[in-house]
Amino acid sequence: MNKTLVIYILFILTLSYTSLTFGMGRGKSDFEAFDTPNDSGNSISLRWPSSPDESTNAEYIVFVSTNKNGPFEIEALHIKSNDMYEEGTDSSYHIAHIETNNLLITEISNNNDNINYFFKLVKRSNIDSVNIGMIESATPKGNWFNKLRLNNFIIMIIFSIIVLGCIKHAKKVQGLFIRKIKGLDAIDDALGRATEMGKPALFVHGLNDMDSISTIAAINILGKIALRVAEYDTPLKVSNIYPIVLSVSQEVVKESYLEAGRPDAYIADNVFLAASEQFPYVVALSGIMTREKPAANFFVGYFYAESLILAETGAATGAIQIAATDAFTQLPFFITTCDYTLMGEELYAASAYLSRDPLLLGSLRAQDITKAIIIGVIVFGAFLATCGVDFITFLFKPG
Amino acid sequence: MSFLKRTVPMIIAFIMGILMVFQYYVPHEASQNLLKVVTRWGMIISGFAMFIGAYSLFHLHWNKIKLKVSGWGYSVFVFFGAGITIIFGLYNGGEFFWNDKQVGTMFDWLFDYVQVPAGATIFSILAFFMASAAYRTFRARNKEATILLISAIIVMLGRVPIGTMISQYIPIAADWIMSVPNLAAKRAILIGVSIGVIATSIKIIFGIERAYLGGGD
Repeated sequence: MNKTLVIYILFILTLSYTSLTFGMGRGKSDFEAFDTPNDSGNSISLRWPSSPDESTNAEYIVFVSTNKNGPFEIEALHIKSNDMYEEGTDSSYHIAHIETNNLLITEISNNNDNINYFFKLVKRSNIDSVNIGMIESATPKGNWFNKLRLNNFIIMIIFSIIVLGCIKHAKKVQGLFIRKIKGLDAIDDALGRATEMGKPALFVHGLNDMDSISTIAAINILGKIALRVAEYDTPLKVSNIYPIVLSVSQEVVKESYLEAGRPDAYIADNVFLAASEQFPYVVALSGIMTREKPAANFFVGYFYAESLILAETGAATGAIQIAATDAFTQLPFFITTCDYTLMGEELYAASAYLSRDPLLLGSLRAQDITKAIIIGVIVFGAFLATCGVDFITFLFKPG
Repeated sequence: MSFLKRTVPMIIAFIMGILMVFQYYVPHEASQNLLKVVTRWGMIISGFAMFIGAYSLFHLHWNKIKLKVSGWGYSVFVFFGAGITIIFGLYNGGEFFWNDKQVGTMFDWLFDYVQVPAGATIFSILAFFMASAAYRTFRARNKEATILLISAIIVMLGRVPIGTMISQYIPIAADWIMSVPNLAAKRAILIGVSIGVIATSIKIIFGIERAYLGGGD
């Protein structure tokens, strides 16, 4: 079964590789016009072989018309002759992508569908002007699949199957092993300390809006923290920078208090919009930390330059600090100033880890399996690259 | 109620999630138009959410003033600053808000000469925080901290002219640290993050992760 799966994966990846490598290959010919592949249907590509006497003094001009017999008066392209070489052809070919929406042809400006465009290539130097290619035509067409992203698509499908498969497996098997994450285990200690001291806990959202997955992950963690806080009867302050995140946070915290059987303890003003800009947000939160001295600070989400200012201020007030971020540029600052830091993927594992829901834990297993596969591919690819075979590079080429 | 609060949002998340996943692979104009429409919806929702944000901000600070809680004086400045900015924004240099935004008005002045310098001031404090954080971190308490300290010294010296004056190998060593071990660690984190993002997205699309709807399960 496993053998069949491995062969199947290799087969489709090879298919993707051959598509990427050879799909775009075109034979040597004169001037040619063709529909730009993998686009929305508003572009035509022009390709022609270069000549030995190209220089900055000579120019290529491409004229366009919707009629085969012309007149060819509208310039679609005007470049120096030693410009726009096709990548990977050692300057043997020129290539240009013409946006048909930008062509100033009045009769076709409103309807771009099924129009055949005719192009005429002219090379002009200080001395003369020469037609160097035949007139070529092409019709732009929208594509329903970007073949350059085929490898990405296949990897996405494989990973999705692994995730869903592990989740299905997790339903049957109880007590899946997952490694301990100290930062998440410390949440209870931090909240316990806040309860003992009679001080609030502060949850700080990162600077990304609700369309960011890291913000959604932060919301998931907030729900779990709010549940514990409601049980401990400790005030929880949640700062936000975006109104949508504010609304979702209010709802999540409210539901958590309801779930804990303490709807009366929920205070709407404790989930608030601190500011709507980066540094005013920092100032507002620094003020709260300095005045109210929360016993526990949670920095969860995607952070930018404000991370160190926030975490250093929190450290100065003596709070237990737990950070969780996938912003790798800010990780050193959090590691330096916080007691515990959840790095990168641990932010996304937190919800499953805290809830211990078997379905969510299944996805953690899938993440580990995928990482193992990627490590295997990297080692195998490094070995092949050392031997001079670089096809794995093409498999992971971004489209 | 559960149908409206749970089932309907989950159905919407599933449909939109699947649509937006496939939108990435479909370059056709129809797909691009869908993206534009969805982006526009997002902007409209954000516009309305601004009122909720403003209400939250003003309600919070009004209560602070009313109850005279610690630091209530700062809350007065929230109303003062917001009030002045809103008035000049609506006045729009004498053209009023129903016309296009005018350039060089008092509103622009407040932004250029109050908000921007205040933000820059806070940003500049970062340098002092960096120094204090570095002082605490770079104490060679154990093996890892010692490696960190040595690496940091090499990288810092390699980035300034004095490093080259001490030895021509210091900038080379600094570049090697940045482009080999540092880059390897960065890529490892990015791969982990990407896998986490995809797994979370799948869980949300298929309704396995529902904590964002509130109430955990």
